[in-house]
Amino acid sequence: MWKLRRMLVLSAVMGAALALTGCGKEEPKPAAKAAEAPKPEPLKVAFAYVGPVGDGGWTFAHDLGRKEAEKEFGDRIKTSFVENVPESADAERVIRDMATQGNKLIFGTTFGYMEPMLKLAPEFKDVKFEHATGYKSAENMRAYDVRAYEGAYVAGIIAGKMTKTNTLGFVASIPIPEVVRNINAFTLGAQSVNPKVKTKVVWINKWFDPGKESEAATALINGGADVLLQNTDSSAVLQTAEKMGKLAFGWDSDMTSYGPKAHLASAIINWAPYYKKAIKDALSGTWKVETNWWGMKEGAIDLVSISDRVPADLKKMAEDKKAEIKEGKFNVWTGPMTSNDGKEMLAKDAQGDDKFIAGIMFYVRGVEGKVPSNK
Amino acid sequence: MEQLAALIAATLSAGTPLLLAGIGLLINERSGVVNLGAEGMMLIAAAAGFAVGFHSGSATAGLLAGAAAGALFSLLFSALAIGLVTNQYATGLALTLFGAGLSAFAGLAYVGKSVPFKTTFEIPGLADIPFLGTAFFKLHPMVYLALLLTGVVAWVLARTRLGLTLRAVGESPESAHAIGFPVRGIRVGAVAFGGACCGLAGAYLSLIYTPLWVEGMVAGRGWIALALVTFATWRPWRVALGAYLFGSVTMIQFALQAEGIEIASQLLSMLPYLATIVVLALISRNPAFIRINMPASLGKPFHP
Repeated sequence: MWKLRRMLVLSAVMGAALALTGCGKEEPKPAAKAAEAPKPEPLKVAFAYVGPVGDGGWTFAHDLGRKEAEKEFGDRIKTSFVENVPESADAERVIRDMATQGNKLIFGTTFGYMEPMLKLAPEFKDVKFEHATGYKSAENMRAYDVRAYEGAYVAGIIAGKMTKTNTLGFVASIPIPEVVRNINAFTLGAQSVNPKVKTKVVWINKWFDPGKESEAATALINGGADVLLQNTDSSAVLQTAEKMGKLAFGWDSDMTSYGPKAHLASAIINWAPYYKKAIKDALSGTWKVETNWWGMKEGAIDLVSISDRVPADLKKMAEDKKAEIKEGKFNVWTGPMTSNDGKEMLAKDAQGDDKFIAGIMFYVRGVEGKVPSNK
Repeated sequence: MEQLAALIAATLSAGTPLLLAGIGLLINERSGVVNLGAEGMMLIAAAAGFAVGFHSGSATAGLLAGAAAGALFSLLFSALAIGLVTNQYATGLALTLFGAGLSAFAGLAYVGKSVPFKTTFEIPGLADIPFLGTAFFKLHPMVYLALLLTGVVAWVLARTRLGLTLRAVGESPESAHAIGFPVRGIRVGAVAFGGACCGLAGAYLSLIYTPLWVEGMVAGRGWIALALVTFATWRPWRVALGAYLFGSVTMIQFALQAEGIEIASQLLSMLPYLATIVVLALISRNPAFIRINMPASLGKPFHP
């Protein structure tokens, strides 16, 4: 499989390289001064995607953002992307290729590209690197992320009221803080309306494998879970819930059409606002190293298409919580918070700051099992 | 108890695509041809089957279309590897790459669509038996069909003239040719059968197992089926054992996780592969047995 992926990527890269060398020789001009020039060279922007654009989830959402940015800036930018870039040494090769082809702004859209991008940043000083969901930066590399947990929390409120078995299921991908905090937020949201709720978690150690996602969902449902959420990239969990007569949520993109009966709501990510900002920064020369962590407030996260199955008062509760989060009145990470092995993580009324959130590698009380660690 | 029954049912469903593809590839390889294009054929069939299922509204039509697409796509392999005597391994790999790309392109219009098929089945009478009903008699017809196919293939291989001819072609194409068998024709037929079975497996994935089409959705199952055939020493019932074993360990490790058992999930993810290899390697550990069962001309080109 690895070999196959590698070859796919290689052939894609070679194809792209051939196409570009065929197109002609564009001399890259310094981007900072280009704004005043009468006919500026378009800023070349490249995206590296971990999955296929057609996954209907994570990568699909990124590509929507790319398209919207393209619409906004028109011929001032020129975007391109490479899909199915594995989180391995190949990522470095693909991203290096993007840099050598004159792309001045490169987005790496998965956690696993962090080290490769960090390695490339000093080599290509005139290129700006943007890394999604990571925590490391360099002179010309910055991290951006979305507060997906806000969507997970509001989904949890709905799940906590809709469950009949008081057991929620979570299909998790790869054990990193981003995923662990979504499991926690989902559970906390549910507990806020139903203290009896517990969450079962199954890890598949992959971002995208519809078959495995569906198998994990089946195992959770067989284990008694009746409302599912997933932090994986396809719609398979929702469809499995539909098949087995249970309830579930869409994740990353609006997934209503995949399981109209099972679908309760979709926690979506809208990358467009950030991509527009980042490109604007690069075009105007105001790009600087900072961490952008956007949530409902900035329009990057939302819970949409709440189903008619959800009673009106519950729907209102969810909408109210969304409004509170938007106005900055509510922080998901508010104490008292205990981990599921009884340690106090946040004292009463303490608020978890971004550093706390970025390092969450424990389950809150109510989640079953233990976070798979690499210790 | 009810959980165990559900686990058995899930195992049988999970093993079915591997069994279907494995049985097809077994016939394929018994004729002396290795087709590494399994993954590509499954992807093409998954896309084609989904498209036909979507437009016709019939799962059966979709499955048949998937089988036909797999068989047709395998003809491309036959034309190159058997007709023009290209290297079988390289041709198979090319088929996988081509299939992955073509299916992604052709299936673009179907991303995000869903098919409204019936998802619950039961065998009247038997389905009401406690435990056994849930475990064995509420499955999709394809699950039983895959088992039936295994039986038929095992019988044809061992007991019929057709099976003997096929094995002769795989053992010594020169001798078979000298006797007057159309070696290349038989090989094309065996490869097409392999393609049709892989196609059925692919369409089962996109229409029944996870009823959706997304690029790359077969996710390596073609390669697992290829490996299963080798580890099962080209014996049909061992392929079935391997497929269900793989399915069961996959489901058991998820069930263990759902129960909150504290074993590293990374280790658990590895288990299906490990268990299948260990068990099949153990039952097939006799080298003489491997020599007897492995088609002697496997992977070698033949031109009269």
